[in-house]
Amino acid sequence: MPVDVPKDTWAGSVRVVTIGATPAEGGTRQKVLKVGGEKALSYLSFEAEMPNRPAVAVEIRDRRPEDWSKVLLDAWGDVTRDPTAWAKAAEAAGADMIVLMLSATGEDGKTLTPETAVKTVKAVLSAVGLPLAVYGPGQAELDNELLVAVAEATKGERLVLGICEDKNYRTIVATAMANDHLVVARTPMDVNLAKQLNILINDMGFPLDRVLMDPTTGALGYGIEYGYSAMERLRLAALQGDAMTQLPMIVTPGFEAWKTKEAKVGEGVPEAWGNWEERAINWEVLTAMTLLESCADIVVLRHPESIRQVKAAINELLAA
Amino acid sequence: MALSGIQIYKLLPQTNCKECGFPTCLAFAMKLAAKQVELASCPYVSEESKAQLAESAAPPIRLITLKADGNEVKAGNEVVLFRHEKTFYNRPGIFITVSDDLAIDDIKKQVVEAEKFAINYVGINLAIDGYAVQYQSGDAGKYAQAIQAVREATKKPLILVCAEAKAAAQGLSVLGDETPLLVAADTTNWEAMADLAKEKGAALAVTADSLDALSELTEKIKGKGVEDLVLYPQADTLGKALVLNTQIRRLAIKKNFRSLGYPLIAFPQTPAAAAQAITKYAGFVVLKEFKPELLYPLLVLRQNIYTDPQKPIQVQPGLYEINAPKPTDPVLVTTNFSITYFSVANEVEGSGLPAWLLVADAEGMSVLTAWAAGKFDAERIAKAVKSFGVAEKVSRKRLVIPGHVAVLSGELEEELPGWEIRVGPREAVDIPSFMKMAL
Repeated sequence: MPVDVPKDTWAGSVRVVTIGATPAEGGTRQKVLKVGGEKALSYLSFEAEMPNRPAVAVEIRDRRPEDWSKVLLDAWGDVTRDPTAWAKAAEAAGADMIVLMLSATGEDGKTLTPETAVKTVKAVLSAVGLPLAVYGPGQAELDNELLVAVAEATKGERLVLGICEDKNYRTIVATAMANDHLVVARTPMDVNLAKQLNILINDMGFPLDRVLMDPTTGALGYGIEYGYSAMERLRLAALQGDAMTQLPMIVTPGFEAWKTKEAKVGEGVPEAWGNWEERAINWEVLTAMTLLESCADIVVLRHPESIRQVKAAINELLAA
Repeated sequence: MALSGIQIYKLLPQTNCKECGFPTCLAFAMKLAAKQVELASCPYVSEESKAQLAESAAPPIRLITLKADGNEVKAGNEVVLFRHEKTFYNRPGIFITVSDDLAIDDIKKQVVEAEKFAINYVGINLAIDGYAVQYQSGDAGKYAQAIQAVREATKKPLILVCAEAKAAAQGLSVLGDETPLLVAADTTNWEAMADLAKEKGAALAVTADSLDALSELTEKIKGKGVEDLVLYPQADTLGKALVLNTQIRRLAIKKNFRSLGYPLIAFPQTPAAAAQAITKYAGFVVLKEFKPELLYPLLVLRQNIYTDPQKPIQVQPGLYEINAPKPTDPVLVTTNFSITYFSVANEVEGSGLPAWLLVADAEGMSVLTAWAAGKFDAERIAKAVKSFGVAEKVSRKRLVIPGHVAVLSGELEEELPGWEIRVGPREAVDIPSFMKMAL
């Protein structure tokens, strides 16, 4: 007896967002990255093929992050002292995109200047041909100052500028609009807050096909279920036709997983936690996989081995 | 067709005897309609009604319980595709594979080692649920010995991974009164496996690589009188596994499709596949080896995904004493979301430094979420300080707030005159060094 499988038919679909611009398009990238475009829940190929594969972005810093887990610093080694070398190593490790996080202070201990930020971003752009996202250090005034300078110095590159939050989005959106860049809109694990920020950004006249949304997640064991369900609900709303949720989702499992004690600490923990390095990588891989299952379009990772495992898993997911 | 609550009510005794655990027959009928209870809970329902209700009363995914010596692992009885629609109920059992190829002593050693595995996660004890004994030796006698050895080292339920009915029979013969799971019946061995499962009261996994073949097999096996089935869809990629598991879950829940209304078993080969098995519908997860560094995150993932989204795990708001604090010791404030509380409490405890931990009522949300939702603001923190009589317990009025809500410090100084407000680290993991350096 043949089984009649019920198929969902959806009214809506996710927008396609193109990150990066080639020389022909006004930028300098060798490759652009297209994400989104889903017409069904991710990987359910019997309903609709995924038009663009979920991407793995790799987080790098403008200076060596001494507070990172030793497991991470050892894995990358000396390249963490030079963002261009780090970007190349990330590309070699399989990155589809680089996420460059600017620090609040430079090597000299003084507040990072726009000139230094621009210099670093330009150096990374000339070191690799991948699309690039640039995140400020997370302090509103400084973020705005740095990102405006970066946006103006890289006009036309279609960088992703981050992070827009409800308390600080206008300046970043305005400079992205003026200089042909994209933005990432972050809200704390809530469907309505995510919609609201997308509406505010759209109200400024900024086209939604240049917005990635970051609904935020917790790490495995630290509230991932909230992010997981918020993402499932956002994607279902998008497929049902709610225009303000029809954006590709970018999430940061690397950042979340690597701040947990389980990933960060190797000594003085229970024996049942097992091998530190493997546990830490598993923490990142399981966090990332869970978010991919809830329809993430871009996962930002940190460890080279996690990048390898998650990329392999995405390949398998698409080979239904 | 499924019956409505009212239709079911008409078939019940309508005596409101309460023996089913519900206050009225109508309440019980509503639960039956929602497939959240079994008709067997009603002791007085007539045979005639039973037959009529059989269809409506059965849950869309049959509940399968593996048992051994008082230990149980349940799978099935799920009612939704997405956890936010209600919740996922029965956390998938995690089993560790033991091969009969090893020497008996090594088998015992492996299981004894794995049995020691125990994790305390936010006050919940996590452990392995059982063992899957794999028939690899090709020697039925050896297989039975291996099962015997595993059984001596653990009291937890077993899965017999053995497609040869004769070897499986010999394996089962060393087990006493328990309900193991036999893996698996396919198109070639199903008759012998079904007979064996029936004779021994074992649950039986059924395997095939398509839904058509799977449902055909379950129908045939049901015809032999074996009802406790588990589905083992064969998939060579994560994508195919996701599609098959989703289709099976959908057919069962949306279409009440009986021949696929059983829990699923998965044999993930990578950490990524194990994560998918937990999120996407496996009822039993068999890992290829005992690796604590994978088990720990996997058990935590299971706990997270199967948390009832309507009920965040909360701790009681109040003033908690850590490491026997004195009146001069600092007061740290956080929210009553359990994960937040345990992260902070563990760190303070681990630091060895005494402190008062003030847990404010933030409706069970974490610091950032509660702050964004207006449930963890200066007013609420001040209220907690006052209502739990913190000022009477301490002589030095010093309050440390989480770094994520540093913006509240000005307002708090106004709300709590006479208190010194300090901004602590953003992450719990940095609390010990903060306490040593800054307090």
